[in-house]
Amino acid sequence: MATPTISAPRSGGINYNRNKRSGSSFEMIAWLFMRLSGVVLVVLIFGHLFVNLMAGDGIHAIDFGFVAGKWASPFWQVWDLLMLWLAMLHGTNGVRTIINDYAERNATRMTLKTVLYIATVVIVVLGTLVIFTFDPCPAGAVTDLPSFCPAK
Amino acid sequence: MPTKPAGTLYRGREGMWSWVGHRVTGVVIFFFLLVHVLDTSLVRVSPEAYTSVIGAYKNPIMGLGEAGLVAAIVFHAFNGLRIILVDFWKSGPKYQRQLLWGVLGLWVITMVPFLIRHLSIVFSAIPGGH
Ligand code: HEM
Repeated sequence: MATPTISAPRSGGINYNRNKRSGSSFEMIAWLFMRLSGVVLVVLIFGHLFVNLMAGDGIHAIDFGFVAGKWASPFWQVWDLLMLWLAMLHGTNGVRTIINDYAERNATRMTLKTVLYIATVVIVVLGTLVIFTFDPCPAGAVTDLPSFCPAK
Repeated sequence: MPTKPAGTLYRGREGMWSWVGHRVTGVVIFFFLLVHVLDTSLVRVSPEAYTSVIGAYKNPIMGLGEAGLVAAIVFHAFNGLRIILVDFWKSGPKYQRQLLWGVLGLWVITMVPFLIRHLSIVFSAIPGGH
Protein backbone atom coordinates (compact mmCIF):
# COMPACT_ATOMS: atom_id res chain seq x y z
CA MET A 1 0.00 0.00 0.00
CA ALA A 2 1.29 3.36 -0.93
CA THR A 3 1.70 5.84 1.84
CA PRO A 4 -0.47 8.85 1.12
CA THR A 5 1.57 11.94 0.77
CA ILE A 6 0.29 14.99 2.51
CA SER A 7 1.46 18.23 1.05
CA ALA A 8 2.76 20.92 3.30
CA PRO A 9 0.21 23.50 4.41
CA ARG A 10 0.09 26.45 2.11
CA SER A 11 0.80 29.12 4.61
CA GLY A 12 1.08 32.61 3.28
CA GLY A 13 -0.73 33.90 0.25
CA ILE A 14 -4.11 32.96 1.69
CA ASN A 15 -5.99 35.54 3.66
CA TYR A 16 -7.90 33.81 6.39
CA ASN A 17 -10.43 36.02 8.07
CA ARG A 18 -9.13 35.08 11.48
CA ASN A 19 -5.77 36.63 10.74
CA LYS A 20 -7.29 40.06 10.61
CA ARG A 21 -8.40 41.91 13.65
CA SER A 22 -11.95 42.85 12.88
CA GLY A 23 -13.99 45.32 14.84
CA SER A 24 -13.27 46.30 18.40
CA SER A 25 -10.99 44.47 20.79
CA PHE A 26 -13.35 45.06 23.73
CA GLU A 27 -14.08 41.36 24.32
CA MET A 28 -10.39 40.50 24.30
CA ILE A 29 -9.61 43.25 26.78
CA ALA A 30 -12.51 42.11 28.98
CA TRP A 31 -11.18 38.55 28.87
CA LEU A 32 -7.72 39.73 29.89
CA PHE A 33 -9.16 41.98 32.59
CA MET A 34 -10.98 39.00 34.18
CA ARG A 35 -7.64 37.24 34.58
CA LEU A 36 -5.56 40.21 35.73
CA SER A 37 -8.18 41.44 38.20
CA GLY A 38 -8.63 37.85 39.41
CA VAL A 39 -4.99 37.54 40.45
CA VAL A 40 -5.06 40.87 42.31
CA LEU A 41 -8.40 40.05 43.93
CA VAL A 42 -7.04 36.85 45.45
CA VAL A 43 -4.57 38.94 47.48
CA LEU A 44 -7.05 41.72 48.33
CA ILE A 45 -9.94 39.43 49.31
CA PHE A 46 -7.90 36.88 51.26
CA GLY A 47 -6.25 39.74 53.18
CA HIS A 48 -9.66 41.32 53.81
CA LEU A 49 -11.17 38.07 55.09
CA PHE A 50 -8.18 37.29 57.26
CA VAL A 51 -8.04 40.68 58.97
CA ASN A 52 -11.82 40.98 59.45
CA LEU A 53 -12.81 37.40 60.29
CA MET A 54 -9.79 35.61 61.70
CA ALA A 55 -7.43 38.09 63.35
CA GLY A 56 -8.17 39.61 66.76
CA ASP A 57 -11.67 38.80 68.00
CA GLY A 58 -12.88 37.84 64.54
CA ILE A 59 -16.32 38.86 63.47
CA HIS A 60 -17.35 39.75 67.04
CA ALA A 61 -15.02 42.74 66.86
CA ILE A 62 -16.79 44.36 63.92
CA ASP A 63 -18.62 47.56 64.78
CA PHE A 64 -18.34 51.23 63.87
CA GLY A 65 -15.13 51.63 65.82
CA PHE A 66 -13.52 48.72 63.95
CA VAL A 67 -14.29 50.23 60.54
CA ALA A 68 -13.25 53.71 61.71
CA GLY A 69 -9.97 52.33 63.01
CA LYS A 70 -9.20 50.71 59.67
CA TRP A 71 -10.12 53.68 57.50
CA ALA A 72 -8.08 56.03 59.65
CA SER A 73 -5.19 54.55 57.70
CA PRO A 74 -4.67 55.41 54.01
CA PHE A 75 -3.36 51.87 53.57
CA TRP A 76 -6.78 50.31 54.23
CA GLN A 77 -8.56 53.09 52.34
CA VAL A 78 -6.56 52.28 49.20
CA TRP A 79 -6.90 48.54 49.80
CA ASP A 80 -10.68 48.73 50.10
CA LEU A 81 -11.04 51.17 47.21
CA LEU A 82 -9.05 48.90 44.89
CA MET A 83 -11.01 45.87 46.07
CA LEU A 84 -14.34 47.68 45.51
CA TRP A 85 -13.51 48.74 41.95
CA LEU A 86 -11.84 45.52 40.83
CA ALA A 87 -14.47 43.22 42.36
CA MET A 88 -17.37 45.28 40.99
CA LEU A 89 -15.92 45.50 37.47
CA HIS A 90 -14.92 41.82 37.50
CA GLY A 91 -18.30 40.74 38.86
CA THR A 92 -20.23 43.01 36.48
CA ASN A 93 -18.34 41.70 33.49
CA GLY A 94 -18.91 38.12 34.66
CA VAL A 95 -22.65 38.68 35.08
CA ARG A 96 -22.74 40.42 31.67
CA THR A 97 -21.30 37.25 30.13
CA ILE A 98 -23.91 35.13 31.89
CA ILE A 99 -26.76 37.40 30.71
CA ASN A 100 -25.43 37.16 27.15
CA ASP A 101 -25.37 33.37 27.49
CA TYR A 102 -28.88 32.81 28.76
CA ALA A 103 -31.11 35.77 27.82
CA GLU A 104 -32.00 34.99 24.24
CA ARG A 105 -34.51 37.72 23.47
CA ASN A 106 -32.92 41.03 22.53
CA ALA A 107 -35.25 43.02 24.75
CA THR A 108 -34.64 40.77 27.77
CA ARG A 109 -30.90 40.99 27.32
CA MET A 110 -30.95 44.77 26.99
CA THR A 111 -33.18 45.19 30.04
CA LEU A 112 -31.11 42.92 32.25
CA LYS A 113 -27.85 44.57 31.24
CA THR A 114 -29.28 48.04 31.79
CA VAL A 115 -30.33 47.06 35.32
CA LEU A 116 -26.88 45.51 35.88
CA TYR A 117 -25.00 48.62 34.76
CA ILE A 118 -27.16 50.95 36.82
CA ALA A 119 -26.60 48.79 39.92
CA THR A 120 -22.85 48.76 39.25
CA VAL A 121 -22.57 52.53 38.90
CA VAL A 122 -24.67 53.15 42.03
CA ILE A 123 -22.64 50.72 44.15
CA VAL A 124 -19.22 51.85 42.90
CA VAL A 125 -20.03 55.56 43.34
CA LEU A 126 -21.62 55.00 46.75
CA GLY A 127 -18.75 52.84 47.99
CA THR A 128 -16.12 55.29 46.76
CA LEU A 129 -17.87 58.25 48.40
CA VAL A 130 -18.18 56.35 51.67
CA ILE A 131 -14.46 55.53 51.78
CA PHE A 132 -13.42 59.12 51.02
CA THR A 133 -15.98 61.16 52.94
CA PHE A 134 -15.85 58.98 56.00
CA ASP A 135 -15.49 60.72 59.36
CA PRO A 136 -14.28 58.37 62.14
CA CYS A 137 -15.41 60.78 64.88
CA PRO A 138 -18.73 62.25 63.70
CA ALA A 139 -19.98 65.23 65.73
CA GLY A 140 -22.72 64.34 68.19
CA ALA A 141 -22.01 60.61 68.10
CA VAL A 142 -21.30 58.98 71.43
CA THR A 143 -21.34 55.20 71.11
CA ASP A 144 -18.87 52.81 69.47
CA LEU A 145 -16.34 55.51 68.59
CA PRO A 146 -12.75 54.40 68.05
CA SER A 147 -10.48 55.10 71.01
CA PHE A 148 -8.53 57.86 69.23
CA CYS A 149 -11.55 60.20 68.99
CA PRO A 150 -11.36 63.18 71.38
CA ALA A 151 -13.68 62.63 74.33
CA LYS A 152 -16.89 64.57 73.86
CA MET B 1 -23.30 1.73 22.71
CA PRO B 2 -22.27 5.01 21.12
CA THR B 3 -18.88 6.08 22.30
CA LYS B 4 -18.50 9.45 23.89
CA PRO B 5 -16.45 12.07 22.08
CA ALA B 6 -12.92 12.48 23.39
CA GLY B 7 -12.64 14.66 26.47
CA THR B 8 -12.92 18.33 25.76
CA LEU B 9 -11.94 21.05 28.14
CA TYR B 10 -15.28 22.39 29.23
CA ARG B 11 -17.80 19.71 28.29
CA GLY B 12 -18.63 16.84 30.66
CA ARG B 13 -16.92 15.56 33.75
CA GLU B 14 -14.63 17.67 35.94
CA GLY B 15 -14.19 20.41 33.36
CA MET B 16 -17.91 21.11 33.11
CA TRP B 17 -18.72 20.79 36.79
CA SER B 18 -15.91 23.14 37.77
CA TRP B 19 -17.31 25.60 35.21
CA VAL B 20 -20.80 25.28 36.74
CA GLY B 21 -19.34 25.79 40.22
CA HIS B 22 -17.34 28.79 39.07
CA ARG B 23 -20.39 30.40 37.46
CA VAL B 24 -22.72 29.80 40.43
CA THR B 25 -20.18 31.03 43.00
CA GLY B 26 -19.41 34.10 40.84
CA VAL B 27 -23.06 35.19 40.77
CA VAL B 28 -23.58 34.50 44.48
CA ILE B 29 -20.50 36.55 45.40
CA PHE B 30 -21.64 39.39 43.14
CA PHE B 31 -25.06 39.70 44.78
CA PHE B 32 -23.50 39.47 48.22
CA LEU B 33 -21.10 42.27 47.28
CA LEU B 34 -23.97 44.60 46.34
CA VAL B 35 -25.55 44.09 49.78
CA HIS B 36 -22.18 44.25 51.54
CA VAL B 37 -21.38 47.71 50.10
CA LEU B 38 -24.86 48.90 51.12
CA ASP B 39 -24.54 47.71 54.74
CA THR B 40 -21.01 49.11 55.05
CA SER B 41 -22.30 52.46 53.74
CA LEU B 42 -24.28 52.78 56.97
CA VAL B 43 -21.08 54.05 58.61
CA ARG B 44 -21.91 57.34 56.83
CA VAL B 45 -25.38 57.40 58.39
CA SER B 46 -24.33 57.06 62.02
CA PRO B 47 -22.23 54.81 64.25
CA GLU B 48 -25.44 53.50 65.83
CA ALA B 49 -27.01 52.58 62.47
CA TYR B 50 -23.94 50.63 61.40
CA THR B 51 -23.32 48.89 64.68
CA SER B 52 -26.97 47.88 65.09
CA VAL B 53 -27.30 46.41 61.59
CA ILE B 54 -23.98 44.56 61.91
CA GLY B 55 -25.12 43.46 65.37
CA ALA B 56 -28.21 41.91 63.76
CA TYR B 57 -25.86 39.74 61.68
CA LYS B 58 -24.18 38.37 64.78
CA ASN B 59 -26.14 35.17 65.23
CA PRO B 60 -25.42 31.52 64.39
CA ILE B 61 -27.60 31.49 61.27
CA MET B 62 -25.75 34.42 59.71
CA GLY B 63 -22.50 32.87 60.96
CA LEU B 64 -23.24 29.74 58.93
CA GLY B 65 -24.17 31.91 55.96
CA GLU B 66 -20.81 33.68 56.24
CA ALA B 67 -19.05 30.33 56.33
CA GLY B 68 -20.88 29.28 53.13
CA LEU B 69 -19.97 32.56 51.48
CA VAL B 70 -16.29 32.20 52.36
CA ALA B 71 -16.41 28.63 51.03
CA ALA B 72 -17.81 29.96 47.73
CA ILE B 73 -15.19 32.73 47.49
CA VAL B 74 -12.29 30.39 48.27
CA PHE B 75 -13.47 27.93 45.60
CA HIS B 76 -13.96 30.71 43.03
CA ALA B 77 -10.55 32.18 43.83
CA PHE B 78 -8.56 28.93 43.55
CA ASN B 79 -10.52 27.72 40.55
CA GLY B 80 -10.03 31.16 38.94
CA LEU B 81 -6.27 30.68 39.32
CA ARG B 82 -6.72 27.25 37.72
CA ILE B 83 -8.54 28.82 34.73
CA ILE B 84 -5.67 31.30 34.38
CA LEU B 85 -3.14 28.43 34.41
CA VAL B 86 -5.17 26.52 31.80
CA ASP B 87 -5.17 29.63 29.60
CA PHE B 88 -1.58 30.81 30.00
CA TRP B 89 0.56 27.84 31.07
CA LYS B 90 1.50 25.66 28.13
CA SER B 91 0.77 22.39 29.95
CA GLY B 92 -2.32 23.85 31.63
CA PRO B 93 -4.93 22.26 29.34
CA LYS B 94 -3.24 18.86 29.66
CA TYR B 95 -3.32 18.96 33.45
CA GLN B 96 -6.64 20.77 33.90
CA ARG B 97 -8.13 17.77 35.71
CA GLN B 98 -5.20 17.38 38.10
CA LEU B 99 -5.32 21.14 38.66
CA LEU B 100 -8.95 20.77 39.76
CA TRP B 101 -7.93 18.23 42.40
CA GLY B 102 -5.29 20.75 43.46
CA VAL B 103 -8.02 23.40 43.75
CA LEU B 104 -10.19 21.12 45.89
CA GLY B 105 -7.20 20.17 48.05
CA LEU B 106 -6.26 23.81 48.66
CA TRP B 107 -9.92 24.56 49.33
CA VAL B 108 -10.00 21.96 52.14
CA ILE B 109 -6.65 23.15 53.52
CA THR B 110 -7.95 26.74 53.63
CA MET B 111 -11.46 25.98 54.87
CA VAL B 112 -10.57 23.71 57.80
CA PRO B 113 -8.61 26.29 59.82
CA PHE B 114 -11.02 29.02 58.75
CA LEU B 115 -14.08 27.06 59.90
CA ILE B 116 -12.49 26.12 63.21
CA ARG B 117 -11.67 29.76 63.92
CA HIS B 118 -14.85 31.36 62.54
CA LEU B 119 -17.38 28.87 63.91
CA SER B 120 -15.80 28.88 67.36
CA ILE B 121 -16.16 32.69 67.37
CA VAL B 122 -19.75 32.48 66.08
CA PHE B 123 -20.88 29.82 68.54
CA SER B 124 -19.15 31.29 71.57
CA ALA B 125 -21.54 34.24 71.28
CA ILE B 126 -21.15 36.68 74.10
CA PRO B 127 -24.80 37.45 74.98
CA GLY B 128 -25.81 40.81 73.59
CA GLY B 129 -22.24 41.83 73.07
CA HIS B 130 -19.66 42.01 70.38
C1 HEM C 1 -10.89 35.99 44.49
C2 HEM C 1 -10.33 36.18 43.32
C3 HEM C 1 -11.03 35.90 42.00
C4 HEM C 1 -10.45 35.22 40.97
C5 HEM C 1 -9.05 34.61 40.90
C6 HEM C 1 -11.43 35.18 39.90
C7 HEM C 1 -11.19 34.63 38.65
C8 HEM C 1 -12.12 34.53 37.64
C9 HEM C 1 -11.87 34.04 36.32
C10 HEM C 1 -10.50 33.59 35.79
C11 HEM C 1 -13.04 34.06 35.65
C12 HEM C 1 -13.28 33.52 34.26
C13 HEM C 1 -13.51 34.59 33.24
C14 HEM C 1 -13.73 33.99 31.88
O1 HEM C 1 -14.15 32.83 31.76
O2 HEM C 1 -13.45 34.70 30.91
C15 HEM C 1 -14.06 34.57 36.54
C16 HEM C 1 -15.39 34.70 36.23
C17 HEM C 1 -16.32 35.28 37.05
N1 HEM C 1 -16.10 35.86 38.29
FE1 HEM C 1 -14.36 35.82 39.29
N2 HEM C 1 -12.58 35.80 40.31
C18 HEM C 1 -12.38 36.29 41.59
C19 HEM C 1 -13.28 37.02 42.35
C20 HEM C 1 -14.58 37.31 41.97
C21 HEM C 1 -15.51 38.16 42.71
C22 HEM C 1 -15.18 38.89 44.01
C23 HEM C 1 -16.68 38.16 42.02
C24 HEM C 1 -17.99 38.87 42.34
C25 HEM C 1 -18.06 40.13 42.63
C26 HEM C 1 -16.52 37.32 40.86
C27 HEM C 1 -17.49 37.07 39.92
C28 HEM C 1 -17.29 36.37 38.75
C29 HEM C 1 -18.33 36.09 37.78
C30 HEM C 1 -19.82 36.46 37.90
C31 HEM C 1 -17.72 35.40 36.72
C32 HEM C 1 -18.38 34.88 35.44
C33 HEM C 1 -18.56 33.39 35.49
C34 HEM C 1 -18.91 32.80 34.15
O3 HEM C 1 -18.86 33.49 33.13
O4 HEM C 1 -19.21 31.62 34.14
N3 HEM C 1 -15.23 36.82 40.85
N4 HEM C 1 -13.48 34.86 37.76
